[in-house]
Amino acid sequence: MTSDDIPSNRADRAANRAADWAVACTTSASAATSGPASASGAVIEATGVRRRYAGGFEAVAGVSFSVARGELFALLGTNGAGKTSTVELLEGLAGPDAGTVRVLGHDPFRERAAVRPRMGVMLQEGGFPSELTVTETVRMWAGCTSGARPPGEALELVGLTHRARVRVKQLSGGERRRLDLALALLGRPEVLFLDEPTTGLDAEGRRDTWELVRALRDGGTTVLLTTHYLEEAETLADQLAIMHQGRVVTAGTTAEVTAARPARIRFELPQGVPAARLPLGLRAAAEGRLIEIRTHRLQESLGELLIWARESDVRLLGLDARSATLEEAFLDIAQSASESEKVAA
Amino acid sequence: MTTTTTGTTGAASTTGATTATCTTLRGRLTALGRAEVVLLARNRTAVFVALLMPAAMVLAMKSTLKQSVLDGTGLSVAAAALTGGIGIVLIQAIYMNLVSAYVARREDLVLKRLRTGEVTDWEILIGTALPSVALALAQTAVIVAAGTAFFGLAAPRRPELLLAGLLLGVVLLAALAAATSAVTRTVQTSQLTTLPLFFISMMGSGLFVPLEIMPDPMASVCELLPVTGVMRLVRTGWLGGAEGSDLLVAALTGLAWTAFAVFAVKRRFRWDPRR
Repeated sequence: MTSDDIPSNRADRAANRAADWAVACTTSASAATSGPASASGAVIEATGVRRRYAGGFEAVAGVSFSVARGELFALLGTNGAGKTSTVELLEGLAGPDAGTVRVLGHDPFRERAAVRPRMGVMLQEGGFPSELTVTETVRMWAGCTSGARPPGEALELVGLTHRARVRVKQLSGGERRRLDLALALLGRPEVLFLDEPTTGLDAEGRRDTWELVRALRDGGTTVLLTTHYLEEAETLADQLAIMHQGRVVTAGTTAEVTAARPARIRFELPQGVPAARLPLGLRAAAEGRLIEIRTHRLQESLGELLIWARESDVRLLGLDARSATLEEAFLDIAQSASESEKVAA
Repeated sequence: MTTTTTGTTGAASTTGATTATCTTLRGRLTALGRAEVVLLARNRTAVFVALLMPAAMVLAMKSTLKQSVLDGTGLSVAAAALTGGIGIVLIQAIYMNLVSAYVARREDLVLKRLRTGEVTDWEILIGTALPSVALALAQTAVIVAAGTAFFGLAAPRRPELLLAGLLLGVVLLAALAAATSAVTRTVQTSQLTTLPLFFISMMGSGLFVPLEIMPDPMASVCELLPVTGVMRLVRTGWLGGAEGSDLLVAALTGLAWTAFAVFAVKRRFRWDPRR
C-alpha cells in the first residue's frame, strides 16, 4: 500500500535486532507493576502525527492526543476521517511521516518487540484463515502471545464457547468480531486497541462487548477504541476526540464536548399561528409549521417559550427539548466542516 | 500490585503480565507452522498437486527422454529424470504452493493481523513456509529412496552436497515465492505469475532438459538462471561428477539469487491486501 508498510525500514531493522524478545518480555512484567511508562504518565501519546499515502493523500494531518493509564479513549469521526490510519500508527503497523508516537514509552513501530507483548490489537477487519476452526485460531495465536490465557478462557470471555469447533468461514460477522476480540485479550494486555469493535454486532452483542471493555478498563487496562456509534463513545469513553479530514476537531470528556453545543427545542405551531409571533428573544428556525430553536440557555429559553404559549393560548404540538448530545455535536462538526469546504471551494 | 477480577471470568485481570511466560522463537514458529499444516491438509487441490505433479512429471520425462540423447553425458534416463524430479518438487511444493499461500494470507488480512502480534516479519514468512518445506523434503526423500531401490541408481555419492543443495533450494524458492507474491493480486493470478520461473527452470535449469545436451553458449547462459546452481549441487550430490570450480560457480549463483530474492522481499513484500 505505502512505502512505510515495508518492514525493511533501516531503523526498524536495527531496533528489531537490538530488542531481544526475552528482555522485552521481562521488562513487560516489571513495567506492569511500576506504573506510568512515560514521564507525563501517558500510556499512549501522539504528537503532531502525520501520515501520507503513496498517492500523496494525507490521511492524518497533524494529530495530537494522549491517553492516561487506565483510561478509555474513543476516537470518533466520519468515514475517511483518518481514524484507522491514526490507530495503525499507534499500533506500530506503520511509522508516521512526521510527529512522534509513544506507547508505554516506546516507539511502537521502531521498538515493536518492546511493546507488542504488552498490547492487544483488534483491527477494523480481522484476518483469520477461513479454514481453521475457532479453537485452532486461538491456539495458533496463543502460541505467539506471551502469558496467553488458555484458549477456552478467552472464548468464554467473548461468549464464543459454543462455536469453538466451527470453522472461521462459517462464523457470522458479529462472531468474527468476538473472535478478534478474544485474540486481542489473549495476552492480558496493558493497552488495548479496538478499531470498531462492535461493528456488525447485534444490540445484545454490543452490550456484552461494552460490559467486557468496561470491566477491562476498571481492571486497569488502557483502552483506545474507534467507533461509528456515538452511543458507544458516550457510554464508554472517559475522553474522546472527534476527527475530521485527518485532524482532531474537538476533544475532551463527553460533557466538555457537548457543553459548547446548543440545546434544541422542537415543536409544531398550530394552524393560523405564524412563526413571526414567537418571542423575539428566541432564535427560531421555521420550516413550515415546524420550529426548531437552538439555545445555550435551555432552561431560560424554554421558560420564555412556555410563558409565551400560555399567555397567547397557543398549543405547542410534539414539544421536545433536549440538551446537546454527542450525536448533535458530531453532526454539527461534520456539517460545519463540509460547509466550510463549500465556502473554500 | 492488586489482583482484580470481575465476575467469574477474570476479564479484568491484567496481573497475568507479572507471571507471564514469554514466547520463544521455537514456540512461535511451531504455532504458526502447525496452523499452516492444518490449512495445507484442508486444501485438497494443493496437496494433490504437490504430491502427484512431481511423480507425473518424472514419468513424463522418463518416457520422452531418449537414452541416445544422453550419450556422452554420463547420465542415464532414470538419473536425469529423478534428479530433475527433485527440482520439480522444489518448484511445485515450495515455490508455487507458497506464492498462493502468501497471497491468500495477505488477501485474508491474516498477515496484517499477525503483524499486530509478537511474531516478527521473518517469523511470519518462515512459519507459513514450514509445512511446504517439510512436504518438499519428504518428497525428495521418497524420490531418492525410489531411485536407489527401483531405478538402479546408486545411493547419493556426496550426501552433504545433496543436503546443501536442497537447503539452498528451499531458502531460494521460499524467498522467490515471497517476492513473487508481491506482484500477485489474487490466488487465481498466482497461477500466472508463477509460470515464468516454472518454465525457465524446467527448460533452462536442467529440470526437464539436462544442460549437458545443450549447445555450449546456451548452456553457459542457463548456468546463470536462478535454480540451475541448486540443481547442479543436487545432481552432483546424488550422482557425483562435477568438480570444485563448477560447484563453486553453482553455489555462488544460487547464493546470489537467494540474496537478491531476500532483498526483494525486504523492499517489496506486501503485508496489506492490494486494493
